[in-house]
Amino acid sequence: MTFNPLTVRDDFPIFKRTIRDGKRLVYLDSGATSQKPQVVIDSELDFYRLSNAAVHRGAHQLAEEATDLFEGARGKVAEFLGAETDEVIFTKGATESLNLIAYAMGNAPRGNRFHLSEGDRIVLTEMEHHANLIPWQQLAARTGAELVWFNVTPDGRLDLSQISELITPKSKVVALTHQSNVLGTINPLDEIVKAAHAVGAVVVLDACQSVPHMKVDVKELGVDFLAFSGHKALGPTGVGIMWGKRELLAELPPFLTGGSMIADVTMTTASWAKAPAKFEAGVPNMAQAVGLGVAIDYLSVIGMNEIAAHEHELTADLLGKLLENKEIRVVGPHTMDNRGGALSFTVADIHPHDLGQFLDSQGIAVRTGHHCAWPLTRSLGVPATTRASLYLYNTIEDNDALISGIHSAMKYFGK
Amino acid sequence: MNLDNLYQEVILDHYKNPLNKTLSKHFDVQVHHINPSCGDEITLNLTLDGQTIKEITWDGVGCSISQASVSIASDLLMGKSLSEVESISEQFVELMQSKGKKTGDEAVLEDAVALAGVSQYPARIKCALLGWMAIKDATLQAVEKR
Repeated sequence: MTFNPLTVRDDFPIFKRTIRDGKRLVYLDSGATSQKPQVVIDSELDFYRLSNAAVHRGAHQLAEEATDLFEGARGKVAEFLGAETDEVIFTKGATESLNLIAYAMGNAPRGNRFHLSEGDRIVLTEMEHHANLIPWQQLAARTGAELVWFNVTPDGRLDLSQISELITPKSKVVALTHQSNVLGTINPLDEIVKAAHAVGAVVVLDACQSVPHMKVDVKELGVDFLAFSGHKALGPTGVGIMWGKRELLAELPPFLTGGSMIADVTMTTASWAKAPAKFEAGVPNMAQAVGLGVAIDYLSVIGMNEIAAHEHELTADLLGKLLENKEIRVVGPHTMDNRGGALSFTVADIHPHDLGQFLDSQGIAVRTGHHCAWPLTRSLGVPATTRASLYLYNTIEDNDALISGIHSAMKYFGK
Repeated sequence: MNLDNLYQEVILDHYKNPLNKTLSKHFDVQVHHINPSCGDEITLNLTLDGQTIKEITWDGVGCSISQASVSIASDLLMGKSLSEVESISEQFVELMQSKGKKTGDEAVLEDAVALAGVSQYPARIKCALLGWMAIKDATLQAVEKR
């Protein structure tokens, strides 16, 4: 670890406030949304204060400056992901990014490589967030394609023994999460990408829980499409990224149509601009995209490998402390091998909602419920869990506050 | 805010020893209600006798607030006329929406006044209302069925 999380915390104004009558904020819910450093908040405000104009339109100085800022942010995202600039599409969030891919594929005519029909397969995993499940479920229903999925083993890993039954020449899409938002599991992409490409399928990666936390290079991963949210990566809400390989974006039909995504328009026909414009109909969320660019600068200065190392250390500490207590059941890998900083667990028979409420009374913010991965929690036999998720501004002191909060909750609820 | 306002002893008692939590074999209507934000769910059987609720039985999983609330509601509303059920339920919903400003009429709401503290925790109001909404739904369906 080469940065000090306490110094980092000083950059985040929210840590100056207190919770529930003066308690220190222990924020363990970055998996839902991250907090924002002052520079990101300022950049969004400054865009409106100083540079606001509709990008890619208008023959005036403000429009030029706004366009430069917006396109500058696209360049930063591209560099961050090891991608080409015109492969980076701004959306309003990862959910929209994943829906964009699924709906665009649904628009593909016969003869297009993305065309799906009866007899084709969409391959998922049982650990998908609803945002990477339902768009595919619906696409399967519209096209007649078959939905199949990798199961999750009791220790929270993908059951790769199914790979050859699932990924077959019928498979057109393999959509999966890079890191589970519930289990913290980091999925083994190499084997899956290789199998998918061997049968001509494209790999769509939900990187919401990985891009903010580790170095992600699209070329190294070898995936075909990738989605993540700005707001989980220190950026503003209302901005997300859909990345796709240039040649695939050229063949993929558009999803939303309208202003600025066209090459030519008549009353009865339209042709499309090249990516990224092809997938960015309408005036985009400009201030938010600019804010995301600043968030990426902030992360890059600290260093993604340093952030990953810090989170690894914190996760190992918290995992060890949770596993020490026999009343706590950690749902997800119990080892640090390919494991990120989302830790879901149950405590005796205290319902997670009640545990979360108690922890809140101590100033500790966690997530409770099924975490938008209902099929997963059902398959694990836990209707709900409590999740702590860690980020660069968390400390061992936060872990200890959680452990002590859990012990107090057990006393409070008489367990 | 004091957590004890939320977790009154009465609530924890109902949570640990819920009333009517065995689904009856015979019923007029069965409903299944889910709180999609947290996954709490209950199945509830209801039988009418003329203008009176004859029986409410249920089963479910969820937090102490949702489970205690359905236990309290089933006990309170069983044997009451449909008009009484409507007026009691309205008072309960008002109490839940009072943001901590009402304490509830114990003569009408009985044990349900213990849930008054929930109204200060917006995220938990849905938990407390889960069972009440299931009873309302089942009652309407049972009346319609006749």
